[in-house]
Amino acid sequence: MNINLTLIVQMIVFIVLVWFTMKFVWPMILGPMEERAKKIAAGLAAAEKGREELAQARDRAEAIVREARERATQIIDQAQHRANDLVEQAKGTATAEGRRLVEAAKQQIDLEASHAREALRREVATIAVSAASKVLEREIDPRAHADLLSKLATQI
Amino acid sequence: MAAEQPSSANEYILHHLTFLQNKEPSGILDFSVIHWDSVFFSVLLAVVFAGSFYLAARKATSGVPTKFQNFVELVVEFVDNQVKDTFHGTNKLLAPLALTIFCWVFLFNAMDILPVDLLPAIAHSVGIEHLKVVPSTDLNITFAMSLSVFVLIIYYSIKMKGLGGFLAEFTLQPFSAKNPILKVLLVPANLILEIVPFIARPLSLSLRLYGNLFAGEMIFLLLAVLTLKGMEQLGSAGGWALLVAQFVLALVWAVFHLLIITLQAFIFMVLTVVYLAMAHEHH
Repeated sequence: MNINLTLIVQMIVFIVLVWFTMKFVWPMILGPMEERAKKIAAGLAAAEKGREELAQARDRAEAIVREARERATQIIDQAQHRANDLVEQAKGTATAEGRRLVEAAKQQIDLEASHAREALRREVATIAVSAASKVLEREIDPRAHADLLSKLATQI
Repeated sequence: MAAEQPSSANEYILHHLTFLQNKEPSGILDFSVIHWDSVFFSVLLAVVFAGSFYLAARKATSGVPTKFQNFVELVVEFVDNQVKDTFHGTNKLLAPLALTIFCWVFLFNAMDILPVDLLPAIAHSVGIEHLKVVPSTDLNITFAMSLSVFVLIIYYSIKMKGLGGFLAEFTLQPFSAKNPILKVLLVPANLILEIVPFIARPLSLSLRLYGNLFAGEMIFLLLAVLTLKGMEQLGSAGGWALLVAQFVLALVWAVFHLLIITLQAFIFMVLTVVYLAMAHEHH
């Protein structure tokens, strides 16, 4: 074993190899590695952001659905109220109308009855006069006894 | 089993520990000698590392990665985390340096898992007599890397702290005094205490890797010696026993060695990062 030219040659080879590694190998491997690390970090951040956005969108959608449901309930309530009102109103109108009709019918009946009574009275008066004339066997002047007759008619 | 059927275990092992060199070294330091096998495998594995990682880097996208890109990113991220855990400043060199060291040293060490005779036998068939396939069992290789790191330590120490700050670290601590005269008197003691561990850094860094891998290779060689006689020994029950023993032991050692080669590559990288992080720190 001795120290010889191999040492010098090896030093030169070593220096060249280190220079080569430093110039052409190291940065070209580490560069893409760092870039990839950045990409992955960005991807993870984007995924996280997406997840957050999705959660937000879901919240928003839920709020919208809740609002719509509330609104639907409201509309149904309103419609029910309105329907009830209409029914009540219709009922009221119908009752009033019925009452009115009954009232009118009653009036009609009263009117008819009073007409009939009047007619009857008049007839009774006529019959009474004729009966009386027959009894007296003479003609009675109805005009002369008009007072008496009408008094009689009201008494019947 | 050895390429040239050496007569003894000693010869076999020595044959395997001989580098493919241009000539015999004349001393412990001889810069006219070169280990062609170490240089070849070092460059080959550098090309394997740089090529595969460059291909992955060129096709790298920030989209869904391919399996190969995934693997490369796994390694890069592992190294990046190690660097970030230790070093908190900004330095464009440190992380790629750590990646290069980790992968390259790992590939050096991984050559040890190949059967000890496989590549030398192939080399012998094309006329190459000696071949050491594990670059990290060559002290030149490990020392070259630790020396490069050492130079970087000094460079960044001076760059971050200035020459004065760098020298102050060697002379004004761990013993410090308010009195200027006492301060000067303490300089020699501080110098010795600080310079020894400082010099020890590149030495320990390279010798640790070299020692571990050299020992690992040696174990494989010793296990290979068990069946040195080749087909001849299958004639006896003892020969069969040795064959089975070699298979089992080599398997166990190879599995254990997987841990060592990774660990040694990791240690080399981490210590480099720690030393360079310390160079950036102010005391």
